[in-house]
Amino acid sequence: MSTGNFENFAGTITEIGPLYPFVGTEMLWFILGLVFWIWWHVVQSKRETREYEEEVKRFGGAESLNKIIDKESPENP
Amino acid sequence: MDNELAALGIIFAEFYYWLTVVLMFLIHVGFCMYEVGASRHKNHMHTLMKNTMLIPLVTITFFFFGWWIYFAFPNGPGIIEGGLVDAPTAVAWGELMGPHMGGKPATEVFTADDTAGWARINGVFWAAFLLFSWTAASIVSGAVIERIKSTGFYILAVGIGSVWWIIDASWGWHSAGWMVQKLGYHDAYASGVIHAIAGGYALGILFVLGPRIGKFAPDGTPRNISPRNPWLVTLGLFLIYTGFWGFYVACNVPMIDVQAGDGVFFSATNIYLAPTTLSAITVNFLMSLSGGLLMGFIVSKGDAFWTYSSGLAGIIAASAGNDLYHPIQAMFIAAAGVVVMYKLHYFVERTFKIDDAVGAVAVHGYAGFFGVFIAGFFLWGYPSSPDASFHVITPWGQFIGAVIMFGVLGFLPGWVTAKVLNGFDMLRIPREVELAGLDVGANAERYADEQAIIDAERSAVGRAAGSD
Repeated sequence: MSTGNFENFAGTITEIGPLYPFVGTEMLWFILGLVFWIWWHVVQSKRETREYEEEVKRFGGAESLNKIIDKESPENP
Repeated sequence: MDNELAALGIIFAEFYYWLTVVLMFLIHVGFCMYEVGASRHKNHMHTLMKNTMLIPLVTITFFFFGWWIYFAFPNGPGIIEGGLVDAPTAVAWGELMGPHMGGKPATEVFTADDTAGWARINGVFWAAFLLFSWTAASIVSGAVIERIKSTGFYILAVGIGSVWWIIDASWGWHSAGWMVQKLGYHDAYASGVIHAIAGGYALGILFVLGPRIGKFAPDGTPRNISPRNPWLVTLGLFLIYTGFWGFYVACNVPMIDVQAGDGVFFSATNIYLAPTTLSAITVNFLMSLSGGLLMGFIVSKGDAFWTYSSGLAGIIAASAGNDLYHPIQAMFIAAAGVVVMYKLHYFVERTFKIDDAVGAVAVHGYAGFFGVFIAGFFLWGYPSSPDASFHVITPWGQFIGAVIMFGVLGFLPGWVTAKVLNGFDMLRIPREVELAGLDVGANAERYADEQAIIDAERSAVGRAAGSD
C-alpha cells in the first residue's frame, strides 16, 4: 500500500511524475487552503478591533496619553 | 532529461533561481530593519509584525492565484486578441505546482514534454517571482507606518503582492505581454514593473490614509519625523542593496540558445529572452548605485537617510535599461533620477500633505517612473524582444507604459481599495491608539511584568540582608 503514485525508485525514473501523496485530491487541498486564508483574515480583524477598543478604554485618557508622549520625547530617548 | 547537456542546462537553471531566492530574502530582512528603525519606539513591534506577516499572506495567495495570473493575462485579457491564456502549469491545483520528477504526467492535461520541462523549474521560478511580490508589498508597508490598521494593510498587501503587480508583469514583463508587443515596452530590471507600481499604489493609499498626527503644522508646513534608529535604517538599506543582486539576477534567464534560425549561440537573456550578459548588469548595477549615492549626497546635503535611499533610487532609475546602457550612461541616469525623485518628494509632501514615512513613493514610484520613461529616449529604436514583429522601444511607448504602471495599476487600485477599506473602518487606527502608540497594550503588560520582577528582586535583597 502506498499513498503515492510509486512504491520504490527501482524502476524507470522517467515513469515517476508527482512525488506528493494523494495525487488527484489537489482541488480539495486548494479549497481548504482558500478557507484557511480567509479564516485567518477574519480572526485577525476581529482580534485587532477588540484590542483597539480595550486600549482606547485603558489608555485613552489625557493623563495616560501625556505620560506616553513624554516617554517618546526627543529629550528622553 | 534524457541527455547530459539537457540535464545540465535544466539543473543549472534550477540552482540559479534557487540562489536568487536566498539572496532576495535579504531584501525583506533589510525592509524590516529599515521600517523598524524609521518608526518611533511606541510602534516598533507593530511595524515589525505588519511587515513580517505580509510574507505568509502574499506567499499563499501568490500560490493560490498570483502565479496563474502571470501566465493567463499577457493579452489583457481582452486588450489584444487571444483572451485568457490557458495556464495549467500555474494553477494551484495543478500537479506541476507540487514536487514532481518530470516523468509520466498523472493527468491528461499535460504531455510528457510539459512535465520534463517544467517539473524542476516551476517551483524556483515561482519563488523568484514571489520574492518580487514581497518586495512590492514591503515597499507599500514602509510608506504607511504608525497609523494603518493591520487588517487593512494585509488586504492591501495581498492586492499589490498577488494581484496588481503580477498583472503588470504579465502585461509588461512576460515575453509575449501585450505591452511588449504593442508598445515596445522595455523594463528589464523592473523600474516600472515592481517599483513604479508599488510607489503609485502607496501614494493612492496615502491620499486616503492621511498623515500621522503632528506631521504637518496648522499652517500646513511639513515637520520632519526623523528615524528613531538611523543605524538600523542604514544597515537595512545596505541589506536591500545586497538582496538587489539576487533581484537583478532573477530577472535574467541564465542560459538558452538565442540564435534565431540555423546555428547555436548560448547566452544569458533578459526577461524578454533578448540576449544580455551577467557582466553587463553587474557593472551597470554598481555604476547606477554609485550615481545615485553621489547625487543623493549632494541634493540631501549629506543626510544619511536620503543618501542611502538615493543609492537605491539610482539603481531603480536605471533598471529599465540596465541590460543595454553603457555604465557611464547608467551612472548619469541614476543621478538624474535621484534629483527628480528627491524634488518631487518634497513638492508632493508640501502640496498635497502626503506623509510618506520612509520616502517609498519617491524612491520607488518617482524614480521607477522616470526610469521607464528615460529608457525610451536612450533605447529609441531598439528591439523590445527577439520577436521581430513586436514594436520597437520608443519614448511614447515607454511613457504610456510608465503611466500604466504607476497610475493605472498602481495609484488607482491603491486609492480605490483604501477608500473601500476606509468606508468599513478597516484602514486607520483610532486616534487614541495612534497617540499612545500601537504597542501600548503589549508594552503595558511588559512593564507590569518587569515591575513585578523588580519588586520580587527587592524583596529577595531584603531577605538576603536580613539573614546576614
